[in-house]
Amino acid sequence: MTKTANVEPATLSLAVSSDPVENTTYITDFRDDDPAALRSIYRTMLLTRRFEERTGEMYTKAKIGGYCHLNLGEEATVVGLMAALKPEDYIFTNYREHGYILARGVDPGRIMAELFGKDTGVSRGRGGSMHLFDIETHFMGGYAIVGGQIPLATGVAFALRYQARPGVVVCQMGDGTTNIGAWHESLNMAKLYKLPIIFFIVNNGYGMGLKVENGSAEPELYRKGCAFRMHGERVNGKDPIAVRNAVQRLRLMAQDHGEPAILEAVSYRFRGHSVVDPARYRDEEEVRRGREDDPVLRFAQNLLDAGILTDEMITTMAAEVEQEVAAAIDFANSSPDPQIEELFTYMYASPVANMPGPEDALEAARIARGEF
Amino acid sequence: MPVMTYRQALNETLRQEMHRDPNVLLMGEEIGVFEGSYKVTAGLLQEFGPKRVLDTPIAEEGFVGMAAGAAMIGLRPVVEIMTINFSLLAIDQMVNHAAKIHYMFGGQAKVPMVLRTPGGGGVQLAATHSQNFEVWYAYVPGLKVVAPSTPHDARGLLRSAIRDDDPVVFLENLALYNTKGEVPDAADDGDYTIPIGTATVAREGRDLTIIAYSRMAVLAMDIARRLELEEGLKIEVVDLRSLRPLDRPTIIESVKKTGRAVVIEEGWLTYGVGAEIAATIQEHAFDYLDAPVKRVAGVEVPLPYAKVLERAALPNDKHLLKAIRETLYGTRS
Repeated sequence: MTKTANVEPATLSLAVSSDPVENTTYITDFRDDDPAALRSIYRTMLLTRRFEERTGEMYTKAKIGGYCHLNLGEEATVVGLMAALKPEDYIFTNYREHGYILARGVDPGRIMAELFGKDTGVSRGRGGSMHLFDIETHFMGGYAIVGGQIPLATGVAFALRYQARPGVVVCQMGDGTTNIGAWHESLNMAKLYKLPIIFFIVNNGYGMGLKVENGSAEPELYRKGCAFRMHGERVNGKDPIAVRNAVQRLRLMAQDHGEPAILEAVSYRFRGHSVVDPARYRDEEEVRRGREDDPVLRFAQNLLDAGILTDEMITTMAAEVEQEVAAAIDFANSSPDPQIEELFTYMYASPVANMPGPEDALEAARIARGEF
Repeated sequence: MPVMTYRQALNETLRQEMHRDPNVLLMGEEIGVFEGSYKVTAGLLQEFGPKRVLDTPIAEEGFVGMAAGAAMIGLRPVVEIMTINFSLLAIDQMVNHAAKIHYMFGGQAKVPMVLRTPGGGGVQLAATHSQNFEVWYAYVPGLKVVAPSTPHDARGLLRSAIRDDDPVVFLENLALYNTKGEVPDAADDGDYTIPIGTATVAREGRDLTIIAYSRMAVLAMDIARRLELEEGLKIEVVDLRSLRPLDRPTIIESVKKTGRAVVIEEGWLTYGVGAEIAATIQEHAFDYLDAPVKRVAGVEVPLPYAKVLERAALPNDKHLLKAIRETLYGTRS
């Protein structure tokens, strides 16, 4: 089920529904869908679930440092979105991005290696959990200054249009990000310049601990583009097919008609803001309801009911995914650290006079070890 | 060699680079129809059309970030920010994004963009329109910051900046736009560039080194000429041209030769460029110094509007002369 805010602001009603976990219907009629594609969506959801669970575990074992934010509970939102994208499309995300890059088909081993800070990681160990990147698949990075990715994503959409190239940009962002000035500046320019971009809001109900309605005077976030006459929709983010279908539609509107759009997926994160957050600001009943409606289990059930999955298939997939994630952890564990000589290596793309080099890096390392 | 203004040098260079590379485009507030607040982009909208000379809304963070994003997949945007004061609205995109993307993502994406912007005061624009924030950008690894003082260097450095694959902050100065100088044309070395990260010894000397950049380098050259004519002093002038990377070897070599150094900048003293250079000199040329390094800089107040107050707050030839005399003859005020 989707709600839409059409481009004419005058036609909007003022009715506000701010419950982020409101009951929504699910698509259960899969007759028009390719069963293999549906099974693949389920498998990727399962992979995301297991990857994130094991990532949380690796964090508690201190294999992963810094901040670490998981997609647990958001699998339908993540995988539904990614299933709608074409190879020529670009995606920008915030710092809660492990699932998106997995769903883009990047090797889980290289993703886990990045979380471990290894040289084999997707960002060669320079970025970590919040800064995954893969140029080959147009995965344009996880960004951790809230909203920082939005003008950049708008810029890639601008370049696509400038160079008359096919494809769209998806700019993923959180609910709290809709309060940032850069978003409103970008909405204005996206609409003004007719850019092929979808602003994809994952509304999981909370910024860190701040409820959506306590941070946004307009809690129906999909309507916040009205000032720019931008189309907006809300979709059930626990239904991967609803998300995918909405993105597919908006994608064509953006690519073929230069109509950017906002899509708000109402989702729920199972855990705290980051792995170290016990999330005491959410009441128990809400968390129970949120977790009870598990998008991975529900989608499995829907596919079982439709005869697209069997129990055997689920068991086999679970075993494969378990193995795949275990292999990713093994790969990360056995990968080398980045070379200290390369401390300055990626500082500049064009070599420049008077910048530090490998000797300076080694010198810095020697001093850090107390060798002076 | 033809003589042209700093403004003309910039304008012609933009035009040439846009002809050379279709991925070069201009973005900024009022740069098209209005031809730029300081007319640097005059005539370019007419010549290249609105696709390549984009009048943006007043949304510095938005369009600077948009330029950085467009650069990530191959465009080479040259963004104009009306004055450096307004660049603070976009500093997150420059510092947290443009400067980080190549490094933080392991070299997978480049950000070949230029942010052109004038700084400086002295024309009664008051506290929020007269500042010198280039040092904020020069602090950040991952950015390149250049600050040419002559039409010749403006052309050579703008070419380098546009052709460079990294984000470059290109500092101009309100008082320099009408200054004139010789600039080689096609008949000479029409396509010259100036390497980013290199200073130049703009004037050779043996008695004292003045280290400066942008408008203060012009002032330093005037004083050096005057002191040679009037007093026979041989003052060496190092024009930094780049603030990041900083060409330390050229500074150190010069001070080792002259034994005396004065640093002048238009910005505020505390934590300024002069502080960095004085530290560099004492670290690398301490034994060569015959006098303490002197710093000349702006008085630390929000720049006032009234002419008499503004004049008292900005460094000028008198401040520089005083510092030179104290450094040469040891007199203290």
